[in-house]
Amino acid sequence: MKSLHALHHKLSKTDAQIEILEDSVRNKLGLPLFQQKMQDANLFPLKPTSLDIFQINLGKMCNQVCKHCHVDAGPDRKEIMTRETMQECLDALAVSDIPTVDMTGGAPEMNPHFRWFVEECRALGKHVMVRCNLTIIVANPKYHDLPEFYRKHNVEVVSSLPFYNADKTDRQRGTGVFKDSVRALKMLNEVGYGKEGTDLLLNLVYNPAGAFLPGSQDNLKRQFKRVLRDEFEIEFNDLYAITNIPISRYLDYLISSGNFEGYMEKLINSFNPSAAQGVMCRSTLSVSWEGYVFDCDFNQMLELPVASPAHQHIRNFDAQALMEREIVLNQHCYGCTAGAGSSCGGATA
Amino acid sequence: MKTYYDPEDLKKFGQIGQFQKGLADKFFAYYGEVFAEGALTAREKSLIALAVAHTVQCPYCIDAYSVDTLEKGCSEEEMMEAIHVAAAIRGGASLVHGVQMMNKVKELSM
Repeated sequence: MKSLHALHHKLSKTDAQIEILEDSVRNKLGLPLFQQKMQDANLFPLKPTSLDIFQINLGKMCNQVCKHCHVDAGPDRKEIMTRETMQECLDALAVSDIPTVDMTGGAPEMNPHFRWFVEECRALGKHVMVRCNLTIIVANPKYHDLPEFYRKHNVEVVSSLPFYNADKTDRQRGTGVFKDSVRALKMLNEVGYGKEGTDLLLNLVYNPAGAFLPGSQDNLKRQFKRVLRDEFEIEFNDLYAITNIPISRYLDYLISSGNFEGYMEKLINSFNPSAAQGVMCRSTLSVSWEGYVFDCDFNQMLELPVASPAHQHIRNFDAQALMEREIVLNQHCYGCTAGAGSSCGGATA
Repeated sequence: MKTYYDPEDLKKFGQIGQFQKGLADKFFAYYGEVFAEGALTAREKSLIALAVAHTVQCPYCIDAYSVDTLEKGCSEEEMMEAIHVAAAIRGGASLVHGVQMMNKVKELSM
């Protein structure tokens, strides 16, 4: 499977995605645009509340090609962050009190400067989270020591596992991914991750393998804990239930499976003002592989930069100015405000 | 309307209160409580509802509880096993009446 980018697919263009989303909400469904919905909830313009998480996309290169990937990542994507841009991120982090650095991709570990960057962030005293797709750990002998590297630097590992069986997991993430993920989870457990009595955090991310919303995060966590422990002897700390955001490859899946309008309608009808109140863009900044700054990873993938023109690149980082910006909203944002809400840390309501 | 069942009607279920609000309100309050976490989990109740939906052959309920069980993280194997439970009870209900037939036949036969 190739990326939409490699296929020159029309949905590899961000303006086409934005147009399709807006046409669906406004014309096909005749429902209020997201900005209107936020206005009705007294949340427009949406402003930041704090700066807690500095999320960095280290590149679109990945060893997997997941069907729902909002990054359109894959082995055919060569865009990765340079060491110079990483240094600019470190310079920004050094002058800010943002406590957490959240590294994502693609597979961030495939960036040749990844380990150096983790060490530098830790040296600044930052809490480091890595969004590890698990299979990278077993993909090549040079990655087999990643669990030990994470342990040594007390990195929080956040890993996607859309289901506790091979069938659903592999349908979303590729043949053999579940088996490799189980192997990697066992390797993480072996060095202490997810085990009681250690401070090594291993959190899983659940996202629906299809055109439906996630159910109760607590109930899903209970079910995952039971099955992974009983059937695979795997332990983990927390589970984050995340809603699939209708952009990029997931948007392509929705349209080609005939589920797009129904999914959008469900998101809109499930709008929850409490979830909207706690959306992650109010406390997060997202930096692209080229060093541009966005309100969240989804805005980054839609090329909607922060509405603070002088601070759209990390080399011009100004925490105070960014705290005063208005967060850029569009129709994909309905994905974060539906039901119990959704963020990179799971439910928000 | 070309068919008796229109998938769009499922979304209008909440509107039945237009003709009798008091009873509808009581029904939906009761419905909500029935499906809340209790001695049975909401997940278990959803699987029961999926099985019952097939027993009463309600297309709205089948759609609704196919989605609900997926959202609650049920596997496709669990969902189909629930339907087999419904099928087994329905089949068994026919077959167990075979005893009545046997009783009658024995009563009438030499």
